[in-house]
Amino acid sequence: MVKGRIIKIAGPVVMAEGMKGAQMYEVVKVGEEKLTGEIIQLRDDKAVIQVYEDTTGVKPGEPVEGTGSPLSVELGPGMLRAMYDGIQRPLTAIEEKTGSIFIPRGVDVPALPRDIKWEFKPVVKEGDYVEEGDIIGTVQETPPIVHKILVPVGIKGKITEIKEGKFTVEDTVAIVETDDGEKEIKMMQKWPVRKGRPFKEKLPPKIPMITGQRVEDTFFPLAKGGTAAIPGPFGSGKTVTQHQLAKWSDADVVVYIGCGERGNEMTEVIEEFPHIKYKKGDKEIILMDRTVLIANTSNMPVAAREASVYTGITIAEYFRDMGYGVLLTADSTSRWAEAMREISGRLEEMPGEEGYPAYLASRLAQFYERAGRVVCLGKDNREGFVSIVGAVSPPGGDFSEPVTSNTLRIVKVFWALDANLARRRHFPAINWLMSYSLYVDDVTDWWKQNTGQDWRDLRDTAMSLLQKEAELQEIVQLVGPDALPDRERVILEVARMLREDFLQQDAFDEVDTYCPPMKQYLMLKIIMTFYEEALKAVERGVEPSKILSVSVKQDIARMKYIPHDEFINVKAKEILEKVKKELSSLS
Amino acid sequence: MAVAKDAIEYTSVKSIAGPLLIVEGVEGAAYGEIVEVICPDGEKRMGQVLEARDGLAVVQVFEGTTGLNTENTKVRFTGKTAKIGVSTEMLGRIFNGRGKPIDGGPEIVPEMELDINGYPLNPVSRKFPEDFIQTGISTIDGMNTLVRGQKLPIFSGSGLPHNQLAAQIARQAKVRGEGEKFAVVFAAMGITSEEANFFMEEFRRTGALERAVVFINLANDPAIERILTPRMALTVAEYLAFEKDMHVLVILTDMTNYCEALREISAARNEVPGRRGYPGYMYTDLATIYERAGRVKNKKGTITQIPILTMPDDDITHPIPDLTGYITEGQIVLSRELHRKGIYPPIDVLPSLSRLAGSGQGPGKTREDHKKVVNQAYAAYAEGRSLRDLVAVVGEEALTERDKAYLRFADEFEKKFVNQGDEDRSIEETLDLLWELLAILPLEELKRVDEELIKKYHPKFRKK
Repeated sequence: MVKGRIIKIAGPVVMAEGMKGAQMYEVVKVGEEKLTGEIIQLRDDKAVIQVYEDTTGVKPGEPVEGTGSPLSVELGPGMLRAMYDGIQRPLTAIEEKTGSIFIPRGVDVPALPRDIKWEFKPVVKEGDYVEEGDIIGTVQETPPIVHKILVPVGIKGKITEIKEGKFTVEDTVAIVETDDGEKEIKMMQKWPVRKGRPFKEKLPPKIPMITGQRVEDTFFPLAKGGTAAIPGPFGSGKTVTQHQLAKWSDADVVVYIGCGERGNEMTEVIEEFPHIKYKKGDKEIILMDRTVLIANTSNMPVAAREASVYTGITIAEYFRDMGYGVLLTADSTSRWAEAMREISGRLEEMPGEEGYPAYLASRLAQFYERAGRVVCLGKDNREGFVSIVGAVSPPGGDFSEPVTSNTLRIVKVFWALDANLARRRHFPAINWLMSYSLYVDDVTDWWKQNTGQDWRDLRDTAMSLLQKEAELQEIVQLVGPDALPDRERVILEVARMLREDFLQQDAFDEVDTYCPPMKQYLMLKIIMTFYEEALKAVERGVEPSKILSVSVKQDIARMKYIPHDEFINVKAKEILEKVKKELSSLS
Repeated sequence: MAVAKDAIEYTSVKSIAGPLLIVEGVEGAAYGEIVEVICPDGEKRMGQVLEARDGLAVVQVFEGTTGLNTENTKVRFTGKTAKIGVSTEMLGRIFNGRGKPIDGGPEIVPEMELDINGYPLNPVSRKFPEDFIQTGISTIDGMNTLVRGQKLPIFSGSGLPHNQLAAQIARQAKVRGEGEKFAVVFAAMGITSEEANFFMEEFRRTGALERAVVFINLANDPAIERILTPRMALTVAEYLAFEKDMHVLVILTDMTNYCEALREISAARNEVPGRRGYPGYMYTDLATIYERAGRVKNKKGTITQIPILTMPDDDITHPIPDLTGYITEGQIVLSRELHRKGIYPPIDVLPSLSRLAGSGQGPGKTREDHKKVVNQAYAAYAEGRSLRDLVAVVGEEALTERDKAYLRFADEFEKKFVNQGDEDRSIEETLDLLWELLAILPLEELKRVDEELIKKYHPKFRKK
């Protein structure tokens, strides 16, 4: 291994000489305390290293040792329920090992626990031919998730030995005879984080990823394998929106990256996720059992923050390769970009826009490109997906800043959180006029098959009413609501209904926190039927004030709080009838 | 600060730029190491290594570089990183921005020496903050509830009474219904001696000083010193909270001065500037201050932070409030408009927010109706405020009765609820007042509160 010596230290960036033979992105141990770092530049025998820990007290002349391998993550049973820092160091194990509430420097704890014995059940037998990506066995890692042990990339051949029983992640569970001789397969494999894991083929985003949030699913849907951005000026409820996604979206596994965010926020996740239970079929599932958390809070070292996003996406891809659906939320990619900027500044690179490095756009694009619904490696052609929801935090709420504008060029869904809505206590504060989704056409067939044939019409009409409302509001501001024609007053009322009774959703209400697609559809159908019937009434010459005071409005306002089954099977029909009856009886 | 015996003195200062010294021929200076700078006239100053290279060190001098030369300035490397000696004796004492007593009292005999940069709290060791702190101020307790372990800044503007508010919070803040130990750590950065005197006087007069540790860096102290001040204050706070089981409230004022100092050093080092000339690492730097708040497992004490900053030109999108808002858990915003109307404290509840409010409200903490009644009041006040714009165009006559009620609510809300002066209100008084004000609105407008709560708390039903 390469051994050099430090010649310069400036914050997280260290320069060392005598590093000939070291590779780009190789992990090195820096100084007497063996702080973890990564080589980010090589010039002659000098290497520039970004260090993942605080460098206070490190001196020129101290040693730097290469490890020979790039920054990699350990993949195998033991990742679910775990909480890692940006370079996959397990925070709970660190707490146990140090007995401190703080994270000291130079702690070395393996990412996957070495002492746990997992029950390995083989699914292949001796003599079977396997290739990369094939499943050779399974481990019930947590109640909802079966961890599938895959043949590592680059290995194919005949199984000469396969074991069954309890093993640690380092024990050999199978031996494969390949063209280059026998290879041992263990439950743990390693993968360099900056390189995407391979797959056979990318598939089109035809299936919506249901989040149970009405404004997202009905108006701005995200597809399985799709990408979305949430910008959040502070105080716009970004965090709650992301928590809701993690809790309710219909992915199998959630990878949650807290990148440069608040410590207390991560704590909320750690404390809350183990207690969030939901039903899938007959089984009760605990959210934490399907979650991997990566926490690099804002006060943890900046270089590890830069790495955290790659650590997260690599873990997500690994679960995808097992045939699972994975939701990756990164909060916030702006902090990630700022970490890049900070390192770039220390390297004295030529800055691009607002001091960000010139490679900002390509790094962002490379990251989001690792999302997708794919046919995985392996003979069984199973499918898996990774959807990415990245939060951006535009400074001063300015969407034209480099991180936001570059992100918007890549992602297909934009959920525009709006501080003004939050101030008016409209939650989730997703602005319906500024948000968009390019997946609406792709997922229309799914909605038609799973809810009603008129789904698209209802959605589009509702959208146009909301748009119309914004125009009318301008007139109202000038002349007052009474000056509007009857028809327009009805539109205003229905738009208000859409906003308050459909778009607004209470994350803290037991029932309303999740809204299944069928309920979403029926709620929308009822409101739009109200609209149709009200228009008919206007045409008959009914006073708008009469239309606006029908009692069914109370029922509509209470719809969201009615338990799902009761609503879908009983109440929806009753309310729909009542809408028709009350409005058609007006004269 | 003790100096290691074998420390070598260097006289090889090559250049001086702003607060920075470049020293040549140095062997083994560590990054972040504390140095002693001996001026040509014998005065001793303190500095820190900002960049360490083979045979060269960049040193920032905390007391400034006035009077230094490249000829006979001596630099001694101490082999230590920045530390502060801490002890419970510090309560009731006043220090300068470098941690030296300035109240005429004796030096502190430290119980232990701690690194002022601290270490990041392990997120898994934290506990989510959820215990209500009563500040006695309705707009905070009611609308933007503060909890132990939170960091909630006050965004102010020049000429607004943020100092008065800070003193009032330091005086009134209490944890309800328990005899727990409570302390205030107060760090002032770059404030004028007039302001410093105001705080001293306030703390002495109200007896708050007994339970306070005060650090003061005045406007004419070297700007560089301001980098140390909040870190020292927070190190003391961590000691009191996690070693001595105290609930510590840390007030940092004025963070804008701190950021200016950060920019000054960055410029002197010829670093690539970020937005408005502030360094690109300002977010990370601020985070290492603000994140030193919290509640942790197996420790009784907590640290709650109230940083105060003045927004340049009242611009909330300026990098200082903007980055602060991204790290802290909400913000209390002072409004010039309310201040002009003579309302004190001029807290504008609409842009204000406490992200952790929800966890500190409700039965067992405050009262069962808290969340809902506040929600209702927020919505009503927002509605009333937006109607004011409409009135400006069409006149009040054009409004419906409902709209007029909202308008009246907004006015009364400001007059009675926000404008409380020096009164110390309990949370019950705050909530009852909200109900009283909501009674201005027609009953059917109260959609965000349950009927049950209306029956119990609405003045109309209460009186019967």
